[in-house]
Amino acid sequence: MITHHLSDKLLMAYSAGSLPEAFNLAVASHIAMCDECRARLASFDAVGGALLDQGPEGREPMTKGALEATLERIKSTAPTPRQRKSVSQNATLPGPLQQYVGEDVAGIKWRSVGNGVRQMIIPTSAQATARLLYIPAGVAVPDHGHGGMELTLVLQGAFEDQSDWFGRGDIEVADESTEHQPVAAPGADCICLAVTDAPLKFRGLLPRLAQPFLGI
Amino acid sequence: MFDVQSPDRAARQYPSIVGNLPMVRENIHRGKRLASVKAESGAEWVTLIRRVAETQDTDAFTELFEHFAPRIKGFLIKSGADHAMAEECAQDVMVTVWRKAAQFDPSRASVATWIFTIARNRRIDMLRRDRRPEPEELNWGPEEEPDQLDVLGMQQEAGQLAIALSRLPEKQRSMIERAYFGELTHSEIAEETGLPLGTIKSRIRLALERLRHSLS
Repeated sequence: MITHHLSDKLLMAYSAGSLPEAFNLAVASHIAMCDECRARLASFDAVGGALLDQGPEGREPMTKGALEATLERIKSTAPTPRQRKSVSQNATLPGPLQQYVGEDVAGIKWRSVGNGVRQMIIPTSAQATARLLYIPAGVAVPDHGHGGMELTLVLQGAFEDQSDWFGRGDIEVADESTEHQPVAAPGADCICLAVTDAPLKFRGLLPRLAQPFLGI
Repeated sequence: MFDVQSPDRAARQYPSIVGNLPMVRENIHRGKRLASVKAESGAEWVTLIRRVAETQDTDAFTELFEHFAPRIKGFLIKSGADHAMAEECAQDVMVTVWRKAAQFDPSRASVATWIFTIARNRRIDMLRRDRRPEPEELNWGPEEEPDQLDVLGMQQEAGQLAIALSRLPEKQRSMIERAYFGELTHSEIAEETGLPLGTIKSRIRLALERLRHSLS
């Protein structure tokens, strides 16, 4: 049962198409697992639909012959099917993530960042950073303050901090004011997708100087 | 500059949908009946899309084109496209409307909303914005169809939302427009939009549950 959802502003920005790629990936991955947010997103899309379907003053006349040209294109050109890799259902990784890192968790190329914690940076546009984190059960996620917004989506296992518990499908939306000490819950090792629009500032675990080299 | 649909006009249409429920329902099944009537309400747009999907009806497409193409073009210009680009892109979107007509699910979106999502994705490609991964689509199987009462209810909700949007205070409405035209980052979007999205969300949620049930 998913209890931590996306915020309205993230859903609106995703609906509008104005989020950085890494955030789009986190939002799409949560929605793939959460019908409540899928429905909320559809309601934000409906706002876009209402804005599109405005009265005469929202219109910009098409050039002469545009309808005929469009019909001609429909008749003369075959549709080009969009290249989309098939995704496997009920896998640990939701469909959108599979498109980036493959179907299987076992195929992920992890790099150690210390204390048993591993990560894989997912290549996206530079405005924000997406990474997969692997945190052994019972191990603390390095304490970090946030320079900007951070989304953490649980894919396997769970983590908890001082006030909350996050299981599979839950997404934590954190900002500058959030300072917490999440710990992977006992039981299964925790895998999550973490997205930030500013570099993580790890405290305690790694010296500040090391950050530029490790890319974290 | 902004007028979703004047409240008077929408209010006039609205009772006509409710009042003629069985007739409209039948018309959705047998699209041809409305051929001579100018499409004005959400339910009638649905009929036109059906006709395109089922019989490749050029007249139905022409009505859709005349209404939506100039609105898509206007929307794209407000989103930062120049005239030539917006014209070409509006034609692209209408080609996609023709080709994907059979995938449109009227129990989860209005035609305007569906077209908005196509236009948004085209705009992202065209303006080379950040890649936007999406959750897997959920579609009705070949033997299943959405419940017709869900379809009508959805179209009514979309009409209600357009009215609510047009009645928002100027400041909020303008924030929402700017968000959808891609002028605001997610952190600039207000968390409280003032939009009453609860009922439309619940309705989509219900349609999703029926769809999930039919897929299982």
